[in-house]
Amino acid sequence: MIWILDITMMLFLVIGAIAAITIKDLLSAVVILSGYSLIMAIVWVEMHSVDVGFTEASVGAGITTVLFIATLARTEGRSED
Amino acid sequence: MSRIQESVIVRTIVRIMVPFIELFALYVIMHGSGGPGGGFQGGVIFGAAIILYAMIYGIAKGKERMPDTLDKILASTGLTIYAGTGLLCLFFGGKFLQYGMVPLLPDDPAEVSALLIDAVEIGIGITVSAVMISLFFDVSPPESEEEELPAELPISTYREA
Repeated sequence: MIWILDITMMLFLVIGAIAAITIKDLLSAVVILSGYSLIMAIVWVEMHSVDVGFTEASVGAGITTVLFIATLARTEGRSED
Repeated sequence: MSRIQESVIVRTIVRIMVPFIELFALYVIMHGSGGPGGGFQGGVIFGAAIILYAMIYGIAKGKERMPDTLDKILASTGLTIYAGTGLLCLFFGGKFLQYGMVPLLPDDPAEVSALLIDAVEIGIGITVSAVMISLFFDVSPPESEEEELPAELPISTYREA
C-alpha cells in the first residue's frame, strides 16, 4: 500500500463520479465512467485484489462502455434533467 | 456507415487483432484456477473480440458470423457443462461441485479436482461470451438503419492507390 497513490486515485474517483452524474452530454458521461472504472481497477490491483481488478477492467471499462455507447446510438444523447 | 468503419487502418487492425484477443481470452480462462482470471473474465474478453469485429464490420456481418441460434446454443451448452460437472460429483456420492469424489484418476483426487475446475471454467467462459455478444446485438441499432457495407476490401487495392 502506497498511501499517497491511494489518496490521489481516490480523489480522482470522487471527481470522476461527480463529473459523470453532473455532465449533460451522455457520451461524455459514458467516457468519464469508463475512466472511473479504469482507475477503480488500478485501485483494486493496488490493494492486492488482482482478480477483482481484472473483472473491473474487462467488464467495467470494456463491455459496459460498449453497451452504453451502443444504447446511446438509439437515443438523443443528452440528459433532460 | 461512419468514417471510422470506412478507415482501412481500423479495418485491417481489427482483422489482425481479433485472433490475438481471442487467444488471450483462452489463456485467461485456462489460468483461472491457478492465478488471476477465470471463466467470467475470459468469457468477457472473448465476447469483446467478436463485439469489436461486429462494431467495425457492421452488425449484419457480425450476425453472419455469430447468428442468434448459435448464441442460444452456446449459452445453453456452457450452462450444461457447468451443471453437468456439478451433477457428476453428486452422482459419485459427493456434494455439488465436490470434484475430488469423481474417480477419474483413482489415486490422485487433487489432479481430478484441477481438471474438473478447468471444465467448469470453460463452461462459464462459453456462456458468458455468448451472453455478452447477444447483449451487444440486443442494444445495438437495428440492421435496417445501417447502410450496407461493401464486400471485404482487399488490401492490395489500397497498395496500388
